[in-house]
Amino acid sequence: MKLSRKWLEEFVTVQANDRDFAEAMTLSGSKVEITEDLGAEIQNVVAGRIQRMERHPDSDHMWVCQIDVGQSEPVQIVTGAWNIHEGDMVPTALHKSILPGGKKIEKGKLRGILSNGMLCSLSELGLDERDFPYAVIEAAALLNDYRPIDPEKPSVPQGVTPGYKIFGSVKAAFVTKVEPCGDGQFAVSCDSGGLYHTITTPLANIHEHDTIALDTEKEHICTLADLHAEQREFPHCISDGIFVLREEGVQPGEDIRGVINADDHVVEFEITPNRPDCLSVIGLAREASATFHTPLRLHEPVVKGGAEGVLPELLDVETPDPELCPRYTARMVRNVKIAPSPKWMRERLRSMGVRPINNIVDITNYVMLEYGQPMHAFDYRYVQGGKIVVRRAKEGEELTTLDGNVRKLTANMLVIADDTRAVGLAGIMGGLNSEIVADTVDVVFESANFDGTCIRKAALALGMRTEASAKFEKGLDPLNTLPAVNRACELVELLGAGEVLDGVIDILNYVPQPTVLQLCPDKINALLGTDVPAGEMQEILRALDFGVDGETITVPSWRGDVQHYSDLAEEVARFHGYNNIPCTLQRGETTQGGYSPAQQAERRLGQVCRTCGYSEIITYSFVSPACYDKIGWAPDEPLRQSLRILNPLGEDTSIMRTTTLPSMLEVLARNCNYRNKGVKLYEIGKIYLPGGEDGLAREPKMLTLGAYGEEMDFYAMKGVVEAILADLRAVDTVFEACPEDPSYHPGRCAKIRAGEQWVGVMGQIHPAVAASYGVETPLYCAELSFEALLAVQGPGAEYVPLPRFPAVARDIAVVCKDEITVGALEACIRRAGGALLRDVALFDIYRGRGVAEGSKSVAFSLTLRSDERSITAAEADAEVQAVLEALEKELGAVLR
Amino acid sequence: MKEQLAKIRAEALSAFEGAQSALDLDAIRVKYLGKKGELTAVLKQMGKLSAAERPVMGQLANDVRAALESALEDRSKRLETAALEQRLRAEALDVTIPGKRVEMGHQHPMNIALDELKTIFIGMGFQVLEGPEVELAVYNFDRLNAEEGHPSRDWSDTFYFDQDSRVMLRSQTSPMQVRAMESMELPIRIIAPGRVYRKDEVDATHSPMFHQVEGMVIDKGVTMADLKGTLNTVVERLYGQGTKTRFRPHHFPFTEPSCEMDVQCHKCGGAGCPTCKGEGWIELLGAGMIHPKVLEMSGIDSEVYTGWAFGIGLERMALRRFKIADMRLIFENDIRFLEQF
Repeated sequence: MKLSRKWLEEFVTVQANDRDFAEAMTLSGSKVEITEDLGAEIQNVVAGRIQRMERHPDSDHMWVCQIDVGQSEPVQIVTGAWNIHEGDMVPTALHKSILPGGKKIEKGKLRGILSNGMLCSLSELGLDERDFPYAVIEAAALLNDYRPIDPEKPSVPQGVTPGYKIFGSVKAAFVTKVEPCGDGQFAVSCDSGGLYHTITTPLANIHEHDTIALDTEKEHICTLADLHAEQREFPHCISDGIFVLREEGVQPGEDIRGVINADDHVVEFEITPNRPDCLSVIGLAREASATFHTPLRLHEPVVKGGAEGVLPELLDVETPDPELCPRYTARMVRNVKIAPSPKWMRERLRSMGVRPINNIVDITNYVMLEYGQPMHAFDYRYVQGGKIVVRRAKEGEELTTLDGNVRKLTANMLVIADDTRAVGLAGIMGGLNSEIVADTVDVVFESANFDGTCIRKAALALGMRTEASAKFEKGLDPLNTLPAVNRACELVELLGAGEVLDGVIDILNYVPQPTVLQLCPDKINALLGTDVPAGEMQEILRALDFGVDGETITVPSWRGDVQHYSDLAEEVARFHGYNNIPCTLQRGETTQGGYSPAQQAERRLGQVCRTCGYSEIITYSFVSPACYDKIGWAPDEPLRQSLRILNPLGEDTSIMRTTTLPSMLEVLARNCNYRNKGVKLYEIGKIYLPGGEDGLAREPKMLTLGAYGEEMDFYAMKGVVEAILADLRAVDTVFEACPEDPSYHPGRCAKIRAGEQWVGVMGQIHPAVAASYGVETPLYCAELSFEALLAVQGPGAEYVPLPRFPAVARDIAVVCKDEITVGALEACIRRAGGALLRDVALFDIYRGRGVAEGSKSVAFSLTLRSDERSITAAEADAEVQAVLEALEKELGAVLR
Repeated sequence: MKEQLAKIRAEALSAFEGAQSALDLDAIRVKYLGKKGELTAVLKQMGKLSAAERPVMGQLANDVRAALESALEDRSKRLETAALEQRLRAEALDVTIPGKRVEMGHQHPMNIALDELKTIFIGMGFQVLEGPEVELAVYNFDRLNAEEGHPSRDWSDTFYFDQDSRVMLRSQTSPMQVRAMESMELPIRIIAPGRVYRKDEVDATHSPMFHQVEGMVIDKGVTMADLKGTLNTVVERLYGQGTKTRFRPHHFPFTEPSCEMDVQCHKCGGAGCPTCKGEGWIELLGAGMIHPKVLEMSGIDSEVYTGWAFGIGLERMALRRFKIADMRLIFENDIRFLEQF
């Protein structure tokens, strides 16, 4: 919400500078985003009167002007613009001035003649013709400006004499005198070859000694269009030029910012959705008045009325859906004269970001900004049957809105209709079929109250959130419609834009019932932790126009957000000052803070991963449905059953992941693409499985590891998984070959369990899966269930006495068939070894010379020890012998 | 014999001194002090001496042996020292060669920021709560006093799983307030961090998935002054003692009064700069006194109990904490980014 401080000043006098104003308003609840000084970019530009202008001696298109800028001597400025005349008041950028966009103007020479600045056009001042409609420039096609397209074949020969016949009754005429009439018209005297004319014209580029093309019959000076000529044939016949001021009472030397309203400061507020009343000048003025403790000056609209006719005979309003239209207020204006609105109104609209259009439309916008009540004006001619029906649209009904778009409507949308058809989308935008146009004669002003949700949903469905709908959707004050429509009529009379018809159509479909609350100062102080006296609370509420009668508080109609004592507490806190509330530390019963065992385990897991060199990643919970194909899942894989977002941002983020693998692979692939070397990552994140309580998801957490790089192989990844399991003190951990997981290399994948509890899967990613992510280098991943890891967590550490007696080491190497796994050998050794066997460690696998084809030699180091005594060599040998026998018997592995 | 002994002494001492290695030295020791060495040979002649000469000569011989042994030991030590010195010289390294790389994993910056917050709140007696991300709209909206027509319920803002808008991806961690009220004994002091989802296109400051931390206290006699005091303490622990804050009114459906908390801009100290968009303050979090209606909807007597709650966006906190300019980096997981933390 933008607010012009000049407009605000009409209702409340606030002395504060921009910064203090922003700070105070922000702290009382109207957050200021930014304050814009409209004139900040314009410096040293003044109004100047052209005293004398002469043609530049060395240029065929420049003028040398003497400008009175209120100093003892005029300043000389050279310009190429043709639309100025002696006596004109023009914006003059003096030497060392600055224009919008940071453009600096300094004195200089133009073709040898000193120019002490620049005369400004509208656009050079950051304006356009909507700000100053009168500044539109019309230009004549001057024959002395003629440049034939083909120099060999000019349409008009050079140096024609007055009276030369161009075509038909159009002849060349020599201008002898030009006198501005003051209202943008000029009296041009000319000679068309012995015949003398004086013609009044708005064409602004004609000066003495020019040659014009004159239609001698119509006494009309020809433009480009009249001559059917092209722009390039008459390069100076353009609608661009200097902004000739027509403002009254402007003195030479006056700062231009005041003249063009660039001295206003516009404050932009972030208004919270509970305060639609603050989406208006008056609403913010009320807040400012309470914030700065200065009185609010409200104005009661006065309408004279008296136009011919009887309103009820001309207009009939029906509201068949009263719950969607709590109130409908309308008035009529007759004999309207559509024209630009006055400068002050245009300036105010423009400062608040609204484009001026014409007096009637501008009035509706003005009232909307001032009162916060959106209004609509439609042309009575097109209200067929003199009847307005506020109804639900018919399913599929079409309406062309003011922006020219055809809208297909549904029965959930509210339209303003006449006897036969819709003429507007209620609360959103008017219809093109009833638009105010230049020849509009009778106007209906609508000032209504619509159901916020209905308007919001319609605007959303149609993708057309307008200034009006943005206000309605928050729920407006139904009591505001009448003052707003009266204000509009008052402005019509003030602007002389038409005659207001007596009477108001006002349909009230609800019974206004003010909220009445009890002020409980003790309760409010107890909630805030303050000691604000009851009197101060009452004063605060009174300043906000609450009805205060002792402890009975009547909430004003525009404050629908106040329904409860806690709402009153907020009003008190806002103006007592949030920052005047003391700071206390919590009291009361102490609570035990901390992490749950699962949270502790999760933190610990993360630490172990990082210790192993793995870095944490965070990935999106939603994935593309295509990712299940990418990781090679079968079409009937049950885990493909995912929760599907019905309104996703895109297909890529449309389902909740039931596996974390695709997210990890995507990140690995991305790092690969960035040519990052040796990447090791982990994520502790959820998967989302259908079938939770209340129709929600089961959301188990997964620990996912992913890595690639020179030092990575299956066993490097397995080492990390083992470290994780060891840190958890999991026992009986088993890695089983898993050729059936489609995401992994069939020969390099293992399922992991501890005892009977499956923990997860790990291995090298299937090359085809890696390729589907565009990666050729081997990728390694592990997917471990966090729940399972918790379940296999062993008991806490307990000290085992250090060995008091030395251990004996025995190395054995056995030859066995290739398919016998190291795991099977090791398990056999452990089973066969007696109480003395304390550790078994693989140290070599050998294939090749000396070992038969299809066999391998596997070497283990056995550690033997007793806690009671030093063991003898014989004891150790006996133990090893037992192991060797078992190996041979069970697995056919013989000592090498 | 006396002369012989003097000769051996002089020769041996000189030989010891001339030895250049432990091996040399040992050979010389054998030559003079060995069983078949020169000194032993001389001593073997002792029997030929008279009884009167024998003790004198014996004494002299012992003196010579003692002198030789001491000289031997001395020389041996010096040789050892020299050898060690030489070895050390040979072993000297170029200490500027880089060390062997120890690979350390890194915690994600967002979780670093989260851990800092958790630690502070746990120290103040808060429990850490987790809850579902696929959530009922009832918990995300209704029970938090966001009425039927609240704009955040729109399908343009929130992700839904069913046409009835019943099951959704939580758009805030605030439903954890309701879940805590339902499941916990009073008094309650919790924080609830987690993922939240909104229908925002990805850009430098937006992501459809991001993280929040919810905090809530419910007890008898809890005041807005407590809210201010507690959050100020948190901010001082996060940003240093004496960090200036301000509270300004705001609006949330589930708190009343509601506020936003700003921290004074660290860059300009409040004077206004591009970092704080000229305001001098940087918005940190939203908070407020839990709306009595919200308490009542969860069966808590709002006449007896009051509470306060806050919600903070973690990404923005982490971005500020580590001066990260673009939120996309958070979810891109480029190892070169992760390794910086």
